[in-house]
Amino acid sequence: MQKNTPDNDFEIRSLDATCTNDSQLVHPFWYNIKYVITGILFGIVFVKAEIISWFRIQEMFRLQSFHMYGVIGSAVVVGALSVFLIKRFNIKTIYGEKILLDQKPFNIGQIIGGLLFGFGWAITGACPGPLFAQIGTGVSVTIVTLLSAIAGTWFYGLIRNKLPH
Amino acid sequence: MIEWIKQPWPWYIAGPLIGLTVPALLLMGNKRFGISSALRHICAACLPAKIPYFKYQWTKEIWNLFFVLGIFLGGLIAVNFINNPNPIQVNANLVAELKGYGITNYSQLIPVDIFNWQALFHLKGLLLMVFGGFLVGFGTRYAGGCTSGHAITGLSNLQWPSLVATCCFMIGGFIMANFILPFILQL
Repeated sequence: MQKNTPDNDFEIRSLDATCTNDSQLVHPFWYNIKYVITGILFGIVFVKAEIISWFRIQEMFRLQSFHMYGVIGSAVVVGALSVFLIKRFNIKTIYGEKILLDQKPFNIGQIIGGLLFGFGWAITGACPGPLFAQIGTGVSVTIVTLLSAIAGTWFYGLIRNKLPH
Repeated sequence: MIEWIKQPWPWYIAGPLIGLTVPALLLMGNKRFGISSALRHICAACLPAKIPYFKYQWTKEIWNLFFVLGIFLGGLIAVNFINNPNPIQVNANLVAELKGYGITNYSQLIPVDIFNWQALFHLKGLLLMVFGGFLVGFGTRYAGGCTSGHAITGLSNLQWPSLVATCCFMIGGFIMANFILPFILQL
């Protein structure tokens, strides 16, 4: 991996990441309040639709319920339609910036890492987002699951250069 | 109205609302919806340990940490103010199967019979929480995204690598839930 310099910061930052900040604007930190509010709404949906439930995840992987498939499927349809409209009409951000959504290249990590994450998802009943909401619901031991996930991410960073990509 | 909100929400309400997160974050500031990166930013902020992968300006991605803080608060609000007072309703076959492993408590969204602090001192609890969590963190980063980054943002942007990743998430989950997890739950 290259040494980090101000010029390649974005390159390092976007390694193995889908969700990057592509804005060139710099704002005071309280502008981030809007992401807290979006997160709150999102967290409420997570709990109310039982998406963060270990039981619902078990049902999904045993094909015993349509619920989770309906949630993910309809989210993708609405997301795809929105992205299509943004691209089609060249819609800008509220600060007037052009919206950037480039394609991410394929690498073997999406298969190996994907399978490993699938194992973890079925064991813990949580993807990274639900982990934060699960702690919010008051089952305090899920902090351990979150810390373990952070440890897993850290370990990945440590051995990244030795893994096939 | 409030009674209706307290009910579990159906998929056709929840799914579209989650889908709308994608354009909401793009329009608010060119942010791509994804959550697992927050775990990386936490590493970069707290324990970069001279690892090149964590040597970047994590403050540029601080919005992601604010977003997950919101998710935590959302969970807190939903449970304390608009909680469904009834136990979670799941498929009868699952109830019967889980009963065999001693899981009978449906009062929380997570089975507190097996996810609790005492359980951490046993192999089963360690596997479920520590090993499981580790796989979530390691796997999502190796895959370059999680359910939100790949399955929702990536698929919305019609990226075929994200479709590969999503299929692998599901295959991994099927194998674990049906063939391996039963042995862990029997411990």
